[in-house]
Amino acid sequence: MNIIETAHVSYDYIRHDEEGNVEGCTRAVSDVSLSVRQGEFIAILGHNGSGKSTLAKHINALLLPTEGTVFVDGKDTGQEENIWEVRQSAGMVFQNPDNQIIGQVVEEDVGFGPENMGIPTKEIWERVEESLRAVGMYAYRKHSPNKLSGGQKQRVSIAGVLAMHPKCIVLDEPTAMLDPNGRKDVIRAARALNDVEKVTVILITHYMEEVIYADRVFVMDGGKVAMQGSPREVFSQVDRLKQLRLDVPQVTLLAHELQKSGLPLPDGILTVDELTEELGKCL
Amino acid sequence: MLRDITLGQYYQTDSILHRMDCRVKLVATLVYIISLFLVDNIWGFAVAAVFLAVCIRLSKVPFSFMVKGMKSIAFLMLFAVVFNLFLTPGKPVVAFWKLRITDAGIRMAVQMAVRLTLLIIGSSLMTLTTTPNHLTDGMESLLKPLKKLKVPVHEVAMMTSIALRFIPILMEETDKIMKAQIARGADFESGNLIQKARAMVPLLVPLFIAAFRRANDLAMAMEARCYRGGEGRTKMKPLVYRRNDYIAYGVLAFYLAAVLAVGRFMPI
Repeated sequence: MNIIETAHVSYDYIRHDEEGNVEGCTRAVSDVSLSVRQGEFIAILGHNGSGKSTLAKHINALLLPTEGTVFVDGKDTGQEENIWEVRQSAGMVFQNPDNQIIGQVVEEDVGFGPENMGIPTKEIWERVEESLRAVGMYAYRKHSPNKLSGGQKQRVSIAGVLAMHPKCIVLDEPTAMLDPNGRKDVIRAARALNDVEKVTVILITHYMEEVIYADRVFVMDGGKVAMQGSPREVFSQVDRLKQLRLDVPQVTLLAHELQKSGLPLPDGILTVDELTEELGKCL
Repeated sequence: MLRDITLGQYYQTDSILHRMDCRVKLVATLVYIISLFLVDNIWGFAVAAVFLAVCIRLSKVPFSFMVKGMKSIAFLMLFAVVFNLFLTPGKPVVAFWKLRITDAGIRMAVQMAVRLTLLIIGSSLMTLTTTPNHLTDGMESLLKPLKKLKVPVHEVAMMTSIALRFIPILMEETDKIMKAQIARGADFESGNLIQKARAMVPLLVPLFIAAFRRANDLAMAMEARCYRGGEGRTKMKPLVYRRNDYIAYGVLAFYLAAVLAVGRFMPI
């Protein structure tokens, strides 16, 4: 069954001048149709302004399409009465870790979502414990969020969404403001959710290294889906990716250059191990 | 470090008063303040002082912390005492030039000093033993009846707790902007008051813009997590009265009766 189904979705941002008059509109997303199956790990790539974050906000009904429809778990996000069910089944983690933590203690923040849903107190505690354990932050449950590192804060945010028992989590550039270690922790937590809890994960990013574990990759450019397929399929087209102003992972780039200079290497090498193995075969 | 600042003046330790339900403490503080204004003789103040001393002992907060709170209002207190001393009509005791000190004036001044001292120490005892978070929780729960009068109690409590959460973050931000502006040659130190105030503009404008941006993000994050006001919301940490809290209410009622009996009806 498809958890997310978008059909010909377009979205216009309306620009205002200083007096608030309408100046014109910018099409941020144009005619995007995609479907995501339950349990998939999806990555959406794109450089700044490619419309990937705008698209992500449609899945949580924070934005409604100007044209087209978005169905989340069989419900139309355009219908007013579906909005809370949609937000409960598709959770969202944002870019800035400081601006999405509401509680003054880690465990209170994780409990915020379930509180809003009207879950009984006893069950809230169970959900909070279980979610904090799933992202490896249980030891910090009594801490103040202000004293955590960026990566830890993002894991708390993920736990906060997880406690609402969503079917799908949208991570909107969760690692953009983190250092490399924090980035690794967050991606590890997201993969664990997908593997262990079977939550559908939609990861929006512009770091190529985070994408190689995805089941499917969508590359966006100018509001449209420019490429899609498995990471291997997408990364085998190094020249096309460069055209879209995206960096390919270093290993893939190296393999591509070696291939160009005459070594018989296959397309779409994603990891160092793969490359060493293939190079071994060449010798 | 800037992020280590504590808000309010909460003193972290474990005592009966710290564990007590915040609603009891709020009510008790209110009752205590009212009782101080109903009392008008030395015995009444003695009872109030003894009650406070016992509470301080139970709270395990060092007395020096209470005195810290007094320093900030020393000026106000001096003001109240001087005015009462010179401006109360009555039989003159000392008189020089145009100033007269009357017997009633001396009495009023002493009463005012004692009253203010007890009041400040009493209310700082509450803030020392209750986290700001609990305070907003307690307020929300105590003011619930006002919801019928369309007072947005839940919203105010939610705003207060968000404000408390963002104070350290905005302070850090201020620090960052200040350093950035100093690096570009801004001068926040020298000049007279007006020049200093004008120097704050390049600090405040970016700070406000950043704060609005954060508010926008936070509102979106709250909506994404199904926040839709206080209706139909459950509590992760509901306030529940325990045995000790009922006992505390009993003690409070007994104190009020005692202080009124002694302070209002016993002759001086």
